[in-house]
Amino acid sequence: MFSVLSVKDMVTIYIDSKPYEVKPDQNLLQACLTLGFDLPYFCWHPAMHSVGACRQCAVKLFKDEKDTRGRIVMSCMTPVAEGMRLSVDDAEARSFRASVIEWLMLNHPHDCPVCDEGGECHLQDMTVMTGHVYRRKRFPKRTHRNQYLGPFVNHEMNRCIQCYRCVRFYRGIAGGRDLNVFSCHDNVYFGRHEDGALESEFSGNLVEVCPTGVFTDKTLKRHYTRKWDLQTAPSVCVHCGVGCNTIAGERYGSLRRILNRHHRDVNSYFLCDRGRFGYEFVNSEKRIRSATCLPFSASGGKPHGEESRKIGKQAAVDQITKILASAKGVIGIGSPRASLETNFLLRKLVGPENFFAGLSDTEHRLVARIVAILREGPARTPSLQDIRAADAVLVLGEDAPNTAPLLALAIRQSVRNKQFEIAAKMRLPAWDDNAVRNSGAGARSPLFVATPYATRIDDIALRAFRADPVGIARLGFAIAREIEPSAPELPLAADGTGQDIPALAREIAAFLKAAKHPVIVSGTGCLNEQVLAAAANISRALCLAGPSAQLSFVLPECNTLGSGLLGGRTLDEAFTRMQDGLADTVIIAENDLYRRAGRREVDAFFRKARHVIVLDHLRNPTVERAEIVLPAATFAESSGTLVSSEARAQRFFQVFLAEGDVQAGWEWFDDLQRSMGKQPPGSETRLDDVTALLGREFPLLAPASSAAPPASFRVAGQKIPRQSHRFSGRTAMTAGADVHEPKPADDADTALAYSMEGHEGAPPPALTPRYWSPGWNSVQALGKSPQETGEETNSGESGVRLIEPTGSAPGYIGPETIGSEDWEATVAPPRYRIFGSEELSMQAPAIAEMARRAEDIPRQATGGNASHE
Amino acid sequence: MLSILKSLWTVLVTMFRKRVTIQYPEERPYLPPRWRGRIILSRDPDGKERCVACHLCSAACPVDCIALQAAEDETGRRYPAFFRINFSRCIFCGYCEEACPTYAIQLTPDFEMGEYLRKNLVYEKENLLISGQGKYHGYSFYRVAGLAVGGKDKGEAQNEEKPVDVKSLLP
Ligand code: SF4
Ligand code: SF4
Ligand code: SF4
Ligand code: SF4
Ligand code: FES
Repeated sequence: MFSVLSVKDMVTIYIDSKPYEVKPDQNLLQACLTLGFDLPYFCWHPAMHSVGACRQCAVKLFKDEKDTRGRIVMSCMTPVAEGMRLSVDDAEARSFRASVIEWLMLNHPHDCPVCDEGGECHLQDMTVMTGHVYRRKRFPKRTHRNQYLGPFVNHEMNRCIQCYRCVRFYRGIAGGRDLNVFSCHDNVYFGRHEDGALESEFSGNLVEVCPTGVFTDKTLKRHYTRKWDLQTAPSVCVHCGVGCNTIAGERYGSLRRILNRHHRDVNSYFLCDRGRFGYEFVNSEKRIRSATCLPFSASGGKPHGEESRKIGKQAAVDQITKILASAKGVIGIGSPRASLETNFLLRKLVGPENFFAGLSDTEHRLVARIVAILREGPARTPSLQDIRAADAVLVLGEDAPNTAPLLALAIRQSVRNKQFEIAAKMRLPAWDDNAVRNSGAGARSPLFVATPYATRIDDIALRAFRADPVGIARLGFAIAREIEPSAPELPLAADGTGQDIPALAREIAAFLKAAKHPVIVSGTGCLNEQVLAAAANISRALCLAGPSAQLSFVLPECNTLGSGLLGGRTLDEAFTRMQDGLADTVIIAENDLYRRAGRREVDAFFRKARHVIVLDHLRNPTVERAEIVLPAATFAESSGTLVSSEARAQRFFQVFLAEGDVQAGWEWFDDLQRSMGKQPPGSETRLDDVTALLGREFPLLAPASSAAPPASFRVAGQKIPRQSHRFSGRTAMTAGADVHEPKPADDADTALAYSMEGHEGAPPPALTPRYWSPGWNSVQALGKSPQETGEETNSGESGVRLIEPTGSAPGYIGPETIGSEDWEATVAPPRYRIFGSEELSMQAPAIAEMARRAEDIPRQATGGNASHE
Repeated sequence: MLSILKSLWTVLVTMFRKRVTIQYPEERPYLPPRWRGRIILSRDPDGKERCVACHLCSAACPVDCIALQAAEDETGRRYPAFFRINFSRCIFCGYCEEACPTYAIQLTPDFEMGEYLRKNLVYEKENLLISGQGKYHGYSFYRVAGLAVGGKDKGEAQNEEKPVDVKSLLP
């Protein structure tokens, strides 16, 4: 399935005298790992390639069949070649590897029992693998002082083995500047020049990149749990529209941590700090755990200042049924941060004509435009992998590092393609990291950043252009005209920025035209439709002119595009309907309306509403206005489907059973439908049924059903266990309350089980609850499954793309077709912050702390959707 | 016939043998210190809790009857916030003691744990933690480990050098 290369493209190498077919562009280490050999290594990393720093991956290489002496080489620095003969098992190579571990361990502290890496430590695994058991060194150990690195990452320098992975990631991949290697000889020190929070928004990846316990997750430390004790499930990040794949882990009813789940086309090996550390909102004090109701509401009117009381699941459903039956008109307001299923069942409950998407009005308009552009335009939305492969990128109006961090990281990786190009010309292998960097000598593929404010990718941009949204749109229109003269024009008024738009447009157009894989990145960030039109026109012009341009729109929330595809009316209409008395009851699903519209309008709306029913996870201003509050499950306590900005539908899976009355939004709405008699009693609605029904009503969303294997999926007749085979405490964890252990819960919605029992091997990527392979307990086990070594990872069926362009659009978008409000920029465009602009992650203490720090720097405007205030 | 006589003879001879049955509970048997009975958590020579909440005992337990949660005091010393053993499940195999890197968890020669109610066999940390060192004297994990905890800085553990001066470039 994963062999797109024909056998001719493969070379034969002999490992311990047995022939194997391998891909020619690999190094020996990659080849051996792909073939399933247990070859220890430290400094090689599939995303950071080889530098040959640790000397751990030694194998013996022979000249030919007759050569019996051979020589030791570093497998990660040796390209494979036809007919090559090597030995992994050779006694000398083995003892060399054992000695290397012994040297690395000379000064290693006696820390494993109190080390957060323990149990998922690559160093532990490699030490066991090479058979180094006893310390022979009698002399004192070298020690280091640790640094304070902020609320995300813990530092314990004594455990370092000098593999240089941390600085290679932090500086070489993430573009950070404040982590480096200091000192000399065997004293080298990896840290900052002084104590202080790490500045890069990708600092959390150090936790996974570092093969030892030097960098560990500080948020995990506060509720520490070993990897084997976590109940885990594959999930999708809910903190922006990129839709990174994650693994979420729970213990004792609270969410403990987020790890990266590899997806070649999306996040690959990395996550941003908002996604990695934002999870703690799930454990927040502000969580709503029980269904509550204000007293006497049945008698009509909404009493103020009364304490609401807990009424329980069934009573809540009954009461809402009563309210809905007698309502004069019901409005349902969905949410871009709720799953497709939740939005869809709310829409079914209230009827399509009464369903409102729940986006702010500006956003609603922009998203509708984006959906149209993506469906009808000639340009395809690139996956993050496509962006990483781009050879020219134009960012038009989007502060990607703050609104779509991983997309910004993909852009940062794309500018290195020039280096790879130069290296390829010099016949250097792409995996030889130092050689590639030296030969490239800092060469970069062209990147242009046109945004209202400075961004954190300006440092790698060929040109950064600052203007208000209209100025940015002007530049965009001008670029399109430069590429293809029939593109429409936006009159070039003096924009006051003093920048020469025509010259810049000419330069950008030339680079884009010369590129083979140009990518245009725009988004809703500027809140301006002209900017979107400009981006669409550029991509259209490029497609007409030749190269296959791709067009990516950044959307703010995890299911904004899903909301856009489901349609629904605007919030403004909902407000009008209530004011006109056409409706008196409103059901709001996982949405804080105060983030979507001005305070006065929302207040007026609630004042007019007779019954307000709100479903959400956390207390927020909207919940405060509700008569009946239903507790909704977060991403960790429910399963569902989200549509990322790339238009990729991805399934997130329930990690643990929620306490109290908490259940998924779609389960609440199903209960309500049932109690209103809209569903045959006795029947059961499962997740797959909802997704299938959704597909029937929205053909465009039909592929969402295959975003992940269905609930009936089995491997060798078995489900995928959420618990590791070493999961501990099963007969003691609940014994404090009741000595009789409960029966493990069934999961009828998914192919995962709340159990240690089930299929042990590697499940399909969309169902991967953890990475583990015999002898490989760390995240490096990812490299052990045959399809997933190196960049050639085959991610299989993990998520599906919903939109492929039809090219049916009649032509360019004329600027005059866009409402006048986007012609003149009267308000300053919002400023976004990776920590602070997103609602849910701000309830995580570590993120809130970082946001407070950023707060100290004076700023002009608030970010996020609150910009309507 | 012959076998009956043989049996009678055996009984007769055995009557004059030394008795092994003792009058428990008035009389108590000798149990060696390494007998595997009721589990305790011990303290280090400084009187501090030895358990560092590493979760190795719970992972080793074949019946999964140990559950705990790690916590850290303000000086960075790790300890179990709760530690529970469900003795109604425990099979006294001693794997936990074998797995423990700190000598914290130890089995003792006490088997008198009969209860009428099963739930009384669920022991929490306050039921498990004793005030002494148990069978193994003198060992303190934190004196060996490289972690800085209250009262012990970097470079002050056994066999450690003073922390290196990162700013120095001397060979
Ligand atoms: S880094 Fe690994 S080997 Fe070192 S103390 Fe931590 S768990 Fe043990
Ligand atoms: S801190 Fe970790 S990643 Fe960095 S060199 Fe040391 S062991 Fe390697
Ligand atoms: S880039 Fe977005 S989706 Fe990815 S980890 Fe960060 S917040 Fe989550
Ligand atoms: S093995 Fe020992 S130190 Fe570790 S948790 Fe168990 S009792 Fe505590
Ligand atoms: S992995 Fe080959 S030298 Fe480090």
